[in-house]
Amino acid sequence: MNIIVEITLQFGMLSLVAFGGAGAVLPELHRLAVETHHWMNDATFAHLVAISQATPGPNAIIATLIGWHVAGLSGALAATTAMCGPSSLLIYFFMRFWEKIHGTRWRLIIQTGISPLAIGLVLASGCIITRGADASWGGYGLTAATVLIVLNSRWNPLWLIGAGAMLGLAGVI
Amino acid sequence: MTQRREITHSELFWGFNQIALSGFGGVMAWARRAIVEEREWLSSEEFTTLFGLCQFMPGPNIVNLSVCIGARFQGASGAVVSLLGLLLAPFVIIIALGALYGRFGELPAIQAMLRGIAAVAAGLILAMGVRMAADLLKRPFLMIFSVAILVAVVFLHWPLVMVMFGLAPFSMWVAARRYCSAP
Repeated sequence: MNIIVEITLQFGMLSLVAFGGAGAVLPELHRLAVETHHWMNDATFAHLVAISQATPGPNAIIATLIGWHVAGLSGALAATTAMCGPSSLLIYFFMRFWEKIHGTRWRLIIQTGISPLAIGLVLASGCIITRGADASWGGYGLTAATVLIVLNSRWNPLWLIGAGAMLGLAGVI
Repeated sequence: MTQRREITHSELFWGFNQIALSGFGGVMAWARRAIVEEREWLSSEEFTTLFGLCQFMPGPNIVNLSVCIGARFQGASGAVVSLLGLLLAPFVIIIALGALYGRFGELPAIQAMLRGIAAVAAGLILAMGVRMAADLLKRPFLMIFSVAILVAVVFLHWPLVMVMFGLAPFSMWVAARRYCSAP
């Protein structure tokens, strides 16, 4: 199958199940890109995620980078459009309905039921990125330290990213 | 409802452009500041309601928010303009970085830096999950679904679409039975 068509179909499907945002579909992106299609290896995937985290803007931009890596500019355009298009159309039409069922029990049930799945997916993303990124005790230590710092301070993540780059360069990881 | 002033297409575009460029790793906090406090497009309450919807619906939250706000002020064309404002600059930046990675990614120094950044990136995502999970302490029975979906995707490598639609009805059922009592 043409790779652009493939990217569009796969990312378009993902767009509609990305409950909890783009961070939640990282495991599925990893499965598609590394295991199913062999577009890249584990380490490259982790690098692309790292680059996307160091870029300002929505997390969804990881799709752009994967598309670019796999098929250049047209891949990047296809991946971005497919990642953002279907969910955007859905919310555009769903907006009015959602405002209409404001305060109903149904809305509460849907919200309460979806949230544990979204949370599980974000944690799963963290696990998969850790597995791909960390090959040494230094790496695991840095990941753990990041979690602790983020949970206990209000530092801008950019400083942590910069510190990570320096520690990597110093050969600690 | 309060009197709503006209928000033009160009205001939407540049507003979301600024939001996109000011946020690393957590655009949402910036979005609230820009939309509610600086530009006064929405009241705090309106923002929270809209944000709830954007979080709950599939798709990147901030992307959803740009569509909702654009549509609210300027209809379909407003939604498109807001979305473009949000995505255009990050798109260009990440392609530039991707090109640099393609050219220099093999250099040992770059590999070492990326290893460090990746370890931090993993931590940022895990911390976000832990923060979100704190909400579940009030509804402990639902944690089983977080664990189930984590095991399914991390260890069993099952396709997400299948897992999601398989688990959602059960988790909504438990939510309805235990945590959303009938009126």
